[in-house]
Amino acid sequence: MEIDLSFVWAGIIAFAVLAYVVLDGFDLGIGIVFPFFRRRRDRDVMTNSIAPVWDGNETWLVLGGGGLMAVFPLAYAIIMPALYMPIILMLVSLIFRGVAFEFRWRTHHESHLWDFGFWIGSSVAALMQGIALGALVQGIAVRGRQYAGGWWDWLTPFSVLTGVAVLVGYALLGVTWLNLKTSGEIQARSAKLARPLSLGLLALIGAVSLWTPFINQMYFERWFGWPIAFFSSFVPLLLALCAFALWHGLTHDRHLQPFLSALGLFVLSFVGLGISFYPYMIPGVLTIKDAAAPESSLKFLLVGAVVLVPMILAYTAYAYWVFRGKIDPEEGYH
Amino acid sequence: MTFLGLEAEMLARVQFAFTVSFHFLFPAFSIGTASYLAVLNGLWLWKRDEAYLKLFEYWKTIFAVTFAMGVVSGIVMSYQFGTNWSAFSDKAGPVIGPLMGYEVLTAFFLEAGFLGIALFGRKRVGDAAHMAAVAMVAIGTLISATWITAANSWMHTPAGFSVDTNGVFIPEDWWQIIFNPSFPYRMTHTVMAAFLTTAFAVGAVGAWHLLRDRTNRQARIMFSMAMWMAAIVTPIQIFVGDLHGLNTLKHQPAKIAAMEGHYETHKDGAPLVLFGIPDDEAETTRYAVEVPKLGSLILTHELDGEIKGLKEWPRDQRPPALMPFITFRIMVGLGFLMLGVGLWSLWARWKGNLYDTPWLHRVCVAMGGSGFVAVLAGWYTTEVGRQPWTVYGHLRTAQSLSPVSAPAVGTSLLIFIAVYFVVFGVGVYYLLKLMRRPPTPLDMDQELDAGPIRTAGVMPGAAQDYPIGGRHGD
Ligand code: HDD
Ligand code: HEM
Ligand code: HEM
Repeated sequence: MEIDLSFVWAGIIAFAVLAYVVLDGFDLGIGIVFPFFRRRRDRDVMTNSIAPVWDGNETWLVLGGGGLMAVFPLAYAIIMPALYMPIILMLVSLIFRGVAFEFRWRTHHESHLWDFGFWIGSSVAALMQGIALGALVQGIAVRGRQYAGGWWDWLTPFSVLTGVAVLVGYALLGVTWLNLKTSGEIQARSAKLARPLSLGLLALIGAVSLWTPFINQMYFERWFGWPIAFFSSFVPLLLALCAFALWHGLTHDRHLQPFLSALGLFVLSFVGLGISFYPYMIPGVLTIKDAAAPESSLKFLLVGAVVLVPMILAYTAYAYWVFRGKIDPEEGYH
Repeated sequence: MTFLGLEAEMLARVQFAFTVSFHFLFPAFSIGTASYLAVLNGLWLWKRDEAYLKLFEYWKTIFAVTFAMGVVSGIVMSYQFGTNWSAFSDKAGPVIGPLMGYEVLTAFFLEAGFLGIALFGRKRVGDAAHMAAVAMVAIGTLISATWITAANSWMHTPAGFSVDTNGVFIPEDWWQIIFNPSFPYRMTHTVMAAFLTTAFAVGAVGAWHLLRDRTNRQARIMFSMAMWMAAIVTPIQIFVGDLHGLNTLKHQPAKIAAMEGHYETHKDGAPLVLFGIPDDEAETTRYAVEVPKLGSLILTHELDGEIKGLKEWPRDQRPPALMPFITFRIMVGLGFLMLGVGLWSLWARWKGNLYDTPWLHRVCVAMGGSGFVAVLAGWYTTEVGRQPWTVYGHLRTAQSLSPVSAPAVGTSLLIFIAVYFVVFGVGVYYLLKLMRRPPTPLDMDQELDAGPIRTAGVMPGAAQDYPIGGRHGD
């Protein structure tokens, strides 16, 4: 059987994006909820809980972007200019929050400024990622091989809604991560914060899901057209299951379960998105096949990816394992 | 549409040059520092001499801050190709993209995955695994340099491809693409540049502390190590630079003409223009101070070798000459200064007063930033000399641009300028503060129990081996 490499690659890129979202999601989430933890020492513990891994988490973003350029250059070339401002703002925000990890230790007087930078950087980055997603779902104007819209097309009520949804979702990932990795007061506060965030996220997922089918006939077919709807309907069912597990975990003081359930919510939303999009990269305009790079590019990089991605997953897992367990605020990693 | 009177193309070029210049300052330092840390840690494990451990801890913190800035500025770079140069990405993406994809898969993940263990994990994983992690980070930076210079070199000397009807570059032979004609030279030259940059930065820190206390053992060790590097690597770098230039003469003669300030073709021996001001409008180099025939001797290794002048090319295929001309002289000038320092250190070492020659130390402090300047000067020579092409001879810069309006590019440029100067400016200030700490054993051990507020106003940080409990004012 002839395997179409472009679909293999679409799967790998989707995996990279998902890996980024869940991994950097909780990193960014910790920044987003910084204002709820005012004590310097709590913040030390919070940043220490991700200090050894955040860089690796963010590398998935580089793989998502760089990989897109390598295997779907046309999609990359159209999407990036269309999302020009959200991308730039996201990059700038990531600068602030990335350097804050180191800078906040380098100064006494200005450390609260870097804490502020950590918060604003994390929040705006999350918001912009959500907005970029919403703008993509809404569709992009294309002429020939180029983006044909203006530099403000991305800003719509729908994209703002998706932006807020991602912001809240990351915050939930963040607090459930803290619930898992910390003890004492930080954990208690995180668990408490997780409840309103869960409710908020579920409401937002609901709103986005109800709105999406009405943006584009194609999406409507996917969710309400028979027989596809039969399969699509598993997504909301599983979502409900995750929501239940999340709530159950929070009310019964479980440490791992809420985090995993929150991850589940993200994975399922992502699958839902895939159902709406397939087989397009840019809805209605550019399919996976049309966007794909020449065969020789796909093959060349695939040979490496097949070997290297499992290796990366293995040593990333090792790094997480080295820093496993609850953080002892007295020991730290240092 | 324009922004402050500038077209989108110009703004995008300025934006790329600005962001990549900032970005490369950090790799230039972190590539060398990562290897230096691996060496220090290896020496500590081998000799069990505390001084090496102290040095490792000392430079580790500096490395961590540099590395963080390298990462965040690098992420900007990988998206910049899409935001500002989407037409380039569409056409050259199939060739450039996989090379950068391999950089991510083989280098960035490796660096990032082991960085946490290298910085924070010594106690958790034990000496052997920790050493392995430190080595992985160092190897990662070198692999990264290899892929990215391969990608960049292909843009200068493209090979191994065909072009389809849409103008898309189709990879035909990956071996030729990676090992394109200028790659071996550019890779070697760039990596050695990074080592020299680090050597002179380390040397300056060592010298600075020697000037304060010439008995400080750690300062002596770092100064000595740095001077060995300067003495050994600089001559090789000059040699490689010469080879690099010969290679460029073969593949991009217009760039050489611009670097040398030649507008006229010299059939029987070109002079070496030492100084002057190339004027593209008038097609002549003003105020030229020349040495007859020397230019041909250097570039062709013959007194009467022919060197083409810029007039050989139509105006719209010439690079602007002023920038490459000046930056090339800055780089070469600094190269010879570095050589001078290296020789001087050998002389002092031979005389037995390497640590007792304050003037050498003062010069070394002054040369602390020389590597950074030389590296940027070198890149400006290379990149401006490639104009007006992005893929030399095949794709023009003007055809590489995104369909983004000038106000969008201009606004984002202003945002980048503001953010970079603030964030990286402060970062450099913190780096200098870290370098001001004397590298003494006292410093490290005493402060462990020194309680919340530390001396010297430097806080223990994410990258140090201190218990969190011992930190500041909570
Ligand atoms: C010769 C070396 C070299 C050159 C020419 C460049 N870089 Fe770089 N880059 C590195 C060497 C490096 C490095 C040493 O590997 C860094 C520094 C800190 C780090 O994390 O890796 C890095 C970081 C770095 C990162 C962050 C990686 C991470 O998340 O860990 C990205 C995305 C890029 N770079 C991308 C680029 C692009 C698109 C460039 C082209 C204009 C570029 N770099 C020029
Ligand atoms: C890291 C060190 C580098 C520096 C300091 C540097 C510097 C520059 C400068 C100054 C320009 C502007 C030239 C002009 O417009 O006249 C430029 C343009 C450019 N460079 Fe580089 N460069 C570096 C590395 C790279 C690498 C590694 C790549 C590719 C992988 C690259 C690709 C480009 C592209 C696409 C442009 C924009 C188009 C152009 O103006 O030619 N550069 N760079
Ligand atoms: C003194 C002798 C040197 C010579 C003859 C020399 C020669 C060259 C030449 C000809 C180029 C342009 C390559 C091209 O055509 O694209 C270049 C680029 C460059 N040089 Fe040098 N160089 C010297 C010293 C240095 C030093 C001391 C450093 C840094 C510490 C340095 C760093 C660079 C860098 C980073 C580039 C850009 C990347 C590249 O194209 O390799 N050079 N050099």
